[in-house]
Amino acid sequence: MANLTWWKIAAIVLVLYTIIAGFLMPVPALPILHESIRNLYFHVTMWFAMIIILAVSVVHGVKFLSKGQRYNDIVSSEAAKVGILLGILGTTTGSLWANNTWGAWWVNDAKLNGAAISLLFYFAYLILRSALPDEDKRARVSAIYNIFAFTMMLVFIGVLPRMTDSLHPGNGGNPGFGGYDLDGNMKMIFYPAIIGWSLLAVWILSLRVGFKVLVERIQNN
Amino acid sequence: MNKNILMLFFMLLAILTEGVAQNVEMADGLRSSGKIYVVVGVLCIIFVGIVVYLMNLDNKLAQLKKEVEQLKK
Repeated sequence: MANLTWWKIAAIVLVLYTIIAGFLMPVPALPILHESIRNLYFHVTMWFAMIIILAVSVVHGVKFLSKGQRYNDIVSSEAAKVGILLGILGTTTGSLWANNTWGAWWVNDAKLNGAAISLLFYFAYLILRSALPDEDKRARVSAIYNIFAFTMMLVFIGVLPRMTDSLHPGNGGNPGFGGYDLDGNMKMIFYPAIIGWSLLAVWILSLRVGFKVLVERIQNN
Repeated sequence: MNKNILMLFFMLLAILTEGVAQNVEMADGLRSSGKIYVVVGVLCIIFVGIVVYLMNLDNKLAQLKKEVEQLKK
């Protein structure tokens, strides 16, 4: 129990609150969406958590470039892996949601294709890492590539869908979710949900980093 | 004059029928019969299970860290 710090407790409480309130609190009755609007607390938050974790990854990558600490490279690579997990969860849940509202598992939408391309960028990050045997070179090259991948991810998910037509709210001239659909009740769950899921992702990240640090310590012995 | 009243009538009709068209089907039946609580309960149990598992991993890792540090000394 000694490891149960305040932010881990916050993660547990906030996600539990998200599950309970997310299913029981009233939501606006909208055509097409119906009750599936509640996916906002689960599908959309995966992407928010992914962007936060990938930001952690790129920050530690830059830190490695400036200070050269092994620890920063470990955090950077493990955060990228957790980010990929969240991205895969976001894609699959989004695909299920799309099938039931837009009518197909995958639609030719700027946001969907952008998310897929971003994931491919991060798969390439993992391949790049495994292709470089030299530890220091691997850390430096992948940190530089990480900056590129993170920027492209923001462009493909955040910028380009807003400039073309998109089915997603808030993109391509569509009103944002906050415009009509997101009422006060939903915001009271949505924002805590983002924090809760992100903290849970940080918890998983801390476990991965702790494990990797131990492995390296034993190997260097 | 007559035309204006007719127009007013149609406008009223349009406003009234819009309310009908906005009648979106939601899972009210599930909620009123109380069964949705079962789903929420199941999800809570699953999530608590995952949290306990994470806590367990966390403790195991801390234990291992201690052991490795002792070996180094």
